Amino acid sequence: MIKQQVSGTVYGVILNDAASVQKIGSLEEAPYKGAPKAPALYIKPANTRAACGVAVNLPGDAKTVEVAATIGLVMGRAAGRLTAENALDAVAGIVLAADLSLPHASYYRPAIREKCFDASLPLSSVKPLVDLGQLVLNTEIDGKVVDSRSLAGLIRQPAQLLADVTEFMSLRQGDVLLVGVSYQAPQAAAGSKITLSADGVGSLSFTIAGAQA
Amino acid sequence: MKHGRISYNGAVHQITEAADGRVRLADGRLLAEGDFQWLPPVEVGTVFALGLNYADHAKELAFKAPEVPLVFLKGPNTITGHKAQTRRPADATYMHYECELAVVIGKTGKNVAKADAMDIVAGYTVANDYAIRDYLENYYRPNLRVKNRDACTPLGPWLVDAADVPNPMALKLTTRVNGKTTQEGTTADMIFDIATLIEYLSSFMTLNPGDVILTGTPEGLADVKAGDVIETEVEGVCCLVNSIVDDATYFAN
Repeated sequence: MIKQQVSGTVYGVILNDAASVQKIGSLEEAPYKGAPKAPALYIKPANTRAACGVAVNLPGDAKTVEVAATIGLVMGRAAGRLTAENALDAVAGIVLAADLSLPHASYYRPAIREKCFDASLPLSSVKPLVDLGQLVLNTEIDGKVVDSRSLAGLIRQPAQLLADVTEFMSLRQGDVLLVGVSYQAPQAAAGSKITLSADGVGSLSFTIAGAQA
Repeated sequence: MKHGRISYNGAVHQITEAADGRVRLADGRLLAEGDFQWLPPVEVGTVFALGLNYADHAKELAFKAPEVPLVFLKGPNTITGHKAQTRRPADATYMHYECELAVVIGKTGKNVAKADAMDIVAGYTVANDYAIRDYLENYYRPNLRVKNRDACTPLGPWLVDAADVPNPMALKLTTRVNGKTTQEGTTADMIFDIATLIEYLSSFMTLNPGDVILTGTPEGLADVKAGDVIETEVEGVCCLVNSIVDDATYFAN
């Protein structure tokens, strides 16, 4: 059996937890005009992927970055039109992921500059799939725990998320689906050292480089 | 020169254009249309697409022209080749084509100045960036369910060397549905031109060979139905043909 690596495209979903939906406020008014029906997805392209230990340079004159801890489902085979019953059979493992974004309060337009700068997705190595409902993701900035996030309350659990995504787009072996990020995740300043961790999954450390000369 | 990729005799081949509509394999063999299957002319890396990059199209959709490029991304699942079939789901009421000049990046670039931007372009091809407007939602709009469906972004057939397209900012775009012209425009009307887009994107991310920028579409959208044959053509680049099929045909096998 081939040990699966992250080799394809990374997709993520927003507003997949009750706390984020509550925090963003009413979704009925403009610009959203209604809660999302299908999973609201984004892409983290190849240039964003980085390994544990990376020093991330923020683009332009950005001084702070949102650090959204999440878990990525790594596809072990090509998958289209999965059902919630069989979806997890297509998952080879998981990665701990730090989805970095320049702060942006609105989800209306694609946030390419904010979310797709180089090295804006540090990823751990691939670990065995575990029950995500039992996981708590801790975010530590400069030695202080700033956030603990349980994945117990995901609106679409991994199997349902995979089914709803692959209803309209196939995933390839080595693609990754991030299971959700917090709206307005904790911010870190340039120069910070960050560690994400979850019991049973391990940890992921990286730094935000200081302001460029 | 024009470069393509095909599937033939159990393998992927890079080809060039030959006389009489035939294609030439690297070893000199000549194949006629129908003897092989077209693939997208490049194995795509990151695919960028532009929304509202023609003022007339922005107006058509009742938006004012953007102040910074409205960029969204596409995954490789949505890219398909020349003469492929694209599915119109049964519940769709408005599915439209978008004829676009596609810019293929040939060199790695970061913080590329506008004056140097065209130096990292390998060449050009044509994209048809279908959208199914029934699925529009106002989250990272245009959302992936509209724009990143399987086989909903035909690309090709040829990658034309940049040297053979001396002025990519003055090319006529034409779409024909079942032979009737429905969309006409010119790349001269882009709001953000190719060099500006490369400068903008490379200001925060590294562009790599094989990355593709779909530069947006002018006005002239129309609904397409199963059975329609759509030709999207960019003058001096190539003409991309695609046909629309219903669910039963798409999932027949």
